[in-house]
Amino acid sequence: MARKKERAKAEVNTGSMADIAFLLLIFFLVTTTIASDKGLTLTLPPEPDDAEQVDVKIKDRNLFKVAINSADRLLVEGERLDDYTEIKDMLIEHILNPSNNPELSESPQDAIVSFKTDRGTSYEIYINVLDQLQGAYYQIYADRAGISVDEYRSLNLNNPKEQALYDKGKKDIPMAISIAEPTNIGG
Amino acid sequence: MSKFKKKSNASQEIPTSALPDIIFMLLFFFMVTTVLRETDIMVEQTIPKAEQLKKIERKSLVKYLYIGKPKQTEKFGGEAKIQANDVFIEPRDILLWVAREKDKLAEAERDKITIAMKVDSEAKMGIITDVQQQLRKANARKLMYNTLKLTKDN
Repeated sequence: MARKKERAKAEVNTGSMADIAFLLLIFFLVTTTIASDKGLTLTLPPEPDDAEQVDVKIKDRNLFKVAINSADRLLVEGERLDDYTEIKDMLIEHILNPSNNPELSESPQDAIVSFKTDRGTSYEIYINVLDQLQGAYYQIYADRAGISVDEYRSLNLNNPKEQALYDKGKKDIPMAISIAEPTNIGG
Repeated sequence: MSKFKKKSNASQEIPTSALPDIIFMLLFFFMVTTVLRETDIMVEQTIPKAEQLKKIERKSLVKYLYIGKPKQTEKFGGEAKIQANDVFIEPRDILLWVAREKDKLAEAERDKITIAMKVDSEAKMGIITDVQQQLRKANARKLMYNTLKLTKDN
């Protein structure tokens, strides 16, 4: 009887497999940039039609005026303001006007924010202030919808239930932030 | 002999045969999430921070504009510039750029185009406004200022 020959085992050496995978892993780890697609959203007004320039009269009490000059100094409602984080609460009070102050807006629907910058204003302060302004609106929306601000901002509009919540918060109060064209001269 | 002699002879090695599988799983995760950047950003990008962030729902509709001081100041000067795809453009070229980007989208989705602006903190509003005026003309009015999340402690 022929004895079976002792053969060398025909196995691929897989010991270094982990090393190879590690190498690839490290490559992808290094090249990956986790996409940071988050930010402040904004819709620009449409291009003005020369034919129909209507002067809309807005009562002064409804306007919430914010201006920043080229030295990044703030002027809010005619007064100098050093700390931009105060704007949020000021705007909430302006929109809702719970005490019926004749200086503040007639009703939430009528409230309009006018945000004016200079060409020399830095982008950072612009974003900080815009963040405050939008924050005030989101705060009001979220309170009306009965959820937290973070939840409100991340509502998915493709889901009817969430859409209903979104509408409930936003109903009758448009986010009226008007970004005026900036002045040309640094002042 | 010693009283404390080990009785069991079970092997004390950790089985490593599943290690490659685990690593591969991680590898695939990173391979799938990686977006290889097609464009080299040629401007400074210190993105400002904000709190009221929103996410973009559909990434395919987003086009990017990078604005900031060029990294190679000796070559391009110290003034803030606009970078679209791979090149620097002037504000007046934006009209054309938007039209080209819109052409790449499906017809029904052209109006939903969103322009994401990644702007350096030190940039001035002048250039931003120029860009916005052009975007209004080009009828690409959905805009996003890319920002980082502001955390309470800083």
